[in-house]
Amino acid sequence: MTDSKVLVIPCSGIGKPFGTIGREATFTVVDELRPGKADTNCLSLLVMGDPDAKRQVQESLCVAVDGCPLECARKNIEIAGGRIDAHVRVMDLLRDNRGLKPRQVTFLDEDGEKLAAILAERIAEKVDDLYTGGSR
Amino acid sequence: MNIKPKIGVVSCSGECCILGTLSRVATRFILEGVRADTVTLCLPLFLAGDSGEREFAQRFPTVSVDGCHKLCAKKAIEKFSGPTAASVDMEKLLMEWGEEPTGTRKTLSAKDVEFAKRIAQEVAKRVDEAREDQDG
Ligand code: SF4
Ligand code: SF4
Repeated sequence: MTDSKVLVIPCSGIGKPFGTIGREATFTVVDELRPGKADTNCLSLLVMGDPDAKRQVQESLCVAVDGCPLECARKNIEIAGGRIDAHVRVMDLLRDNRGLKPRQVTFLDEDGEKLAAILAERIAEKVDDLYTGGSR
Repeated sequence: MNIKPKIGVVSCSGECCILGTLSRVATRFILEGVRADTVTLCLPLFLAGDSGEREFAQRFPTVSVDGCHKLCAKKAIEKFSGPTAASVDMEKLLMEWGEEPTGTRKTLSAKDVEFAKRIAQEVAKRVDEAREDQDG
């Protein structure tokens, strides 16, 4: 049976706060805001070529969450044969919220937490748009 | 002048569970101070990036830090870049210590942060060994 939950995959970039923001926002969506509608999985499984993870992205509606213009989440999903049904970029969020300047990477500071919360709402909206409750 | 290459430390992205968050946070602790002379790279770049990123493990002796037995970071680095100098499997380590994390993948508990610090010390040992091997 096809997994009907929307698959939200962040890049989890580790060098700057943007990857942490995308990661936290994803967890907020799948664990708190839309637990029945959204799920996530390790992007690294796709990087190393895990067949089950590849099948999952091929059979799911996918939301890619990227921390920088290199767009690793989008590219890795596409390389695995998945389709990007929605793409959310932390850089766009920063442009819309110029007053917020996140600086901490390991544990987000106040501005980072605010951005993660805003991003989570955006992702949740995408999930609502995509979720049909049935198979893709 | 003999300039030694730095040691690379690369974490899996680990979105599936708290073990991934622990490996990421332990890796950040390494970069932020435990061994601040190390370098890192976002793991998804090994597949989504260009050949420059794939040369990473050839340029830097690299220690992989993985959340679980699937060892995505180790396998991806070895597939695209070259052999790792050493690896850390968080799941195995916690089992050896008889410990279990108590927080969530989004928010580590105070105890988990202590685990991450302890794990960082284990990673630091591997970094030092890799450096000794380099020095011959
Ligand atoms: S998109 Fe940017 S921040 Fe995210 S994993 Fe790739 S290089 Fe890192
Ligand atoms: S090693 Fe385990 S926790 Fe880390 S990315 Fe792979 S499956 Fe996820």
